[in-house]
Amino acid sequence: MFNFSKKSAKKLLLAPIAAAMMALFSSAYGEDTIKVGVLHSLSGTMAISETTLKDTMLMLIDEQNKKGGLLGKKLEAVVVDPASNWPLFAEKARELLTKDKVSAIFGCWTSVSRKSVLPVIEELNGILFYPVQYEGEESSKNVFYTGAAPNQQAIPAVDYLMNDLGVKRWVLAGTDYVYPRTTNKILEAYLKSKKVAKKDIMINYTPFGHSDWQSIVADIKKFGSAGKKTAVVSTINGDANVPFYKELGNQGISAENIPVIAFSVGEEELSGIDTKPLVGHLAAWNYFMSVDTTKNAAFIKQWKDYIKNPKRVTNDPMEAHYIGFNMWVKAVEKAGSTDPAAVQKAIIGVEYPNLTGGMSRMLPNHHISKPVLIGEIQDDGQFVTVWQTNKLVDGDAWSDYLPESKPIIADWTPPINCGNYNTKTKKCSGQNY
Amino acid sequence: MTLFNPTRRQALLALLMLVFSLVAYSGPTPAPQPWLDALNTLKQGSMPEREKAIMQLADIKDAHNLAILQALLDSKLFITKTDAKLVIGTDNHQGFDISDAVSGASLGAVDHDALTKINLTNKMRGTLRKIIGELELGADDPKVRLEAVKAMAKEADEKTISLLRGRADKEQDEAVREAIKVALLLQDMDSEDKAVRIMAIEGLKAYDSQEAANRLNAMVEKDENGEFLEPDADVRNLAKASLTNINQRLQLYSSIETVFFGLSLGAVLVLSAIGLAITFGVMGVINMAHGELMMLGAYTTYVIQQLMPNYLGMSVIIAIPAAFVISALVGIAIERGIIRFLYGRPLETLLATFGVSLILQQSVRSIFSPLNRSVATPEWMSGSWQINDFLSLTWNRFYILVFCLLVFVLLLQILKRTRLGLEVRAVAQNRKMAKAMGIPTARVDAMTFGLGSGIAGVAGVALSQITNVGPNLGQAYIVDSFMVVVFGGVGNLLGTLVAGFSLGIANKFLEPFAGAVLAKILVLVFIILFIQKRPRGLFPQKGRAADS
Repeated sequence: MFNFSKKSAKKLLLAPIAAAMMALFSSAYGEDTIKVGVLHSLSGTMAISETTLKDTMLMLIDEQNKKGGLLGKKLEAVVVDPASNWPLFAEKARELLTKDKVSAIFGCWTSVSRKSVLPVIEELNGILFYPVQYEGEESSKNVFYTGAAPNQQAIPAVDYLMNDLGVKRWVLAGTDYVYPRTTNKILEAYLKSKKVAKKDIMINYTPFGHSDWQSIVADIKKFGSAGKKTAVVSTINGDANVPFYKELGNQGISAENIPVIAFSVGEEELSGIDTKPLVGHLAAWNYFMSVDTTKNAAFIKQWKDYIKNPKRVTNDPMEAHYIGFNMWVKAVEKAGSTDPAAVQKAIIGVEYPNLTGGMSRMLPNHHISKPVLIGEIQDDGQFVTVWQTNKLVDGDAWSDYLPESKPIIADWTPPINCGNYNTKTKKCSGQNY
Repeated sequence: MTLFNPTRRQALLALLMLVFSLVAYSGPTPAPQPWLDALNTLKQGSMPEREKAIMQLADIKDAHNLAILQALLDSKLFITKTDAKLVIGTDNHQGFDISDAVSGASLGAVDHDALTKINLTNKMRGTLRKIIGELELGADDPKVRLEAVKAMAKEADEKTISLLRGRADKEQDEAVREAIKVALLLQDMDSEDKAVRIMAIEGLKAYDSQEAANRLNAMVEKDENGEFLEPDADVRNLAKASLTNINQRLQLYSSIETVFFGLSLGAVLVLSAIGLAITFGVMGVINMAHGELMMLGAYTTYVIQQLMPNYLGMSVIIAIPAAFVISALVGIAIERGIIRFLYGRPLETLLATFGVSLILQQSVRSIFSPLNRSVATPEWMSGSWQINDFLSLTWNRFYILVFCLLVFVLLLQILKRTRLGLEVRAVAQNRKMAKAMGIPTARVDAMTFGLGSGIAGVAGVALSQITNVGPNLGQAYIVDSFMVVVFGGVGNLLGTLVAGFSLGIANKFLEPFAGAVLAKILVLVFIILFIQKRPRGLFPQKGRAADS
């Protein structure tokens, strides 16, 4: 465990030297490289999820360079650490765009960090690829959303529970911030449109990192023991999940009685916890490590070789970066330049095979098409796919189930060229953040 | 001609059948063909095929078959990668000890990678539980029979009901007989006969059964057309009366449950605050790194569990003294290295210890990775103590409550009855006078800080059982800890105990009405108001030293 060998000590010493050398080289090569910004937290609370994405980007860039780079130039990653600090995300994005002059930024995890970067990236006309499932209700000219929109994760998950498991009562449990609140608003509207009575929906919010779930789980148990099949739709964020599932297990709620479907629990999160109480619970994603395709097998092998740890897992946001990066590469090749305006135009309609065997496409609303998979958690921390859409689902920026955003569409192709276009009033409202 | 004589033909047929059956059953009995076929289908990948295979296996009454189904349910059934054999594997931490599922012969040990697990879905698990229940209804162990009855009652159909009816007369064990009775009564509630329904309701009144409450509830409800689900008014009234009866008990149990939840939340608060009550309360040091000392305790549990993977149950026990020693040593190092230069300068102490907390967090990130570590819960701490259908207390919370009280009593004894305790109290009351009396105050400071830190480490062991073990563990508890100590009265251990428990219970009683977020805010507002009124907390320290 405490494997503080000479080797790692050496590595520690070498790291700054290597960094200095790299800095030297990069300045020596100067104009000969295309710079790619990586804006993921490497310290602070979000480091747990985002560090992996930084490594994924480095791997993808490395791979592209082995293939000969892009437009005859080598790619160069510029890694910055916004330290899980939302305003710092904006500062670092500005630094990447003005000082390092990166061609594209891959980064952010939480919605609040994306919202903090948005004004900067729009002002300086950069490009951001955002790889995480989110609440929708946004489409910026400068952002490409490679994670799932609500209609690519939440809505199909509810459909599965309703149609395949016959769920009649719903607990919408989430952490108290923008993603769960918006998602639950959409889900509540959707459930009501499916004739679910108000008394059959229980909505519950908890603070970040909530660890005492006793009364909430007891409430869920009571709510679920009314004779109708009950399920929990969980938008509970990262850290709070472990005590939540532990409490479920301890209070004797198994996945067979009350299944929990989660939108934020993936392979990476499962690798850090005791999976016993989770077996059988569900998750909805657009990618599972367990999906059996040759492309996925190659990706997993590449990742394990790159990170030099056979136990590391792959997850959905990693795949999103994989698709996003390769789409960007194709768009740059198509445009013949890394100029953001040219790339923004060229990337719409670009297709790239995803890892689950489909062909994802960049849509005019800057979202991509993805399959939706529902998996049951196994005791080895992997998922078994129990249901999937038979074709790819197009990401929808503005939910059709919220009355205020129903008439709104996003389309970044002429003649509309707008991320917030009201089809009724025929007006483009721009962003409102 | 005679061959077509009907009686002759029948006789011949009978003879033929006898021969066939002899051939079929005189062969190797453990491996009849349908069984092997079903097992082969189980190996196929697709889930619907697997479901079918499980249904086929249900009809085979054989102890060996039962073992396979049980292994499948416990995810111990594997396929070997090399020769696609169905094997039952038990984890021995280096790999698996495997045995052939069909013949039962041992095949030695293999690596983890050599086997593919047969995965199940929830639906299949439910079916399996029911099948195993049916097969185990005649088991010798009454506990096994009880589980079997419960599993069957959940998925009751005609076959299970007739099996249960058959079992009801034979059953010797009280608990199992009651469980069967409830299951059958529930079934009777669907009966066409009014008298049977009334009998069932009468019978169920006395049981604390959630299922019964649901069914009674359903009886008095109206459907979409405004018609009662139960057509007969007599039955309905009876159901209503029974329901009131059950609901009264439900109310009582639910209050007991809330008190328990509050006590257990309080126990966590007390555990995390009690170390602080010493460093902050007795010594007056604002130690922002207190949470990180708890984190170290939790990581110690993790490391010890990694060192002895085969003794999960023991590892938690061993982790308690280990965490105490490690956190205490780190605490002493902090005191000797930083805090002792800053006595009497609370602001600087606060900033310095905050710095220490960041250093500790980041070093844990560098050593263990920023990812959370998985600490397994030992068998004896998982699950719950099921008192009845309405009331169950979770074991892990129960043990933490007991543990918290033990730590408290022990600490109180140390402070009251040992030499160290005497010196600590003397220094806390009047440092100069204690020094004049020949007490080595510097050493006592270090020891006191070590004691407080060590207890934080012990609290970390308890926390590792209920929350994430990660670099941010400490941050989540530091504010709560200060809150408890300030509320209870700085420098008073008993105050910390009372404050922790009362805040826990208040929180849990507020939560159902206000929600978790608001409940926390309300408690915080209450404490702020309380401190305005009584700045020294619940139990203020009295005396000249306290006033100075």
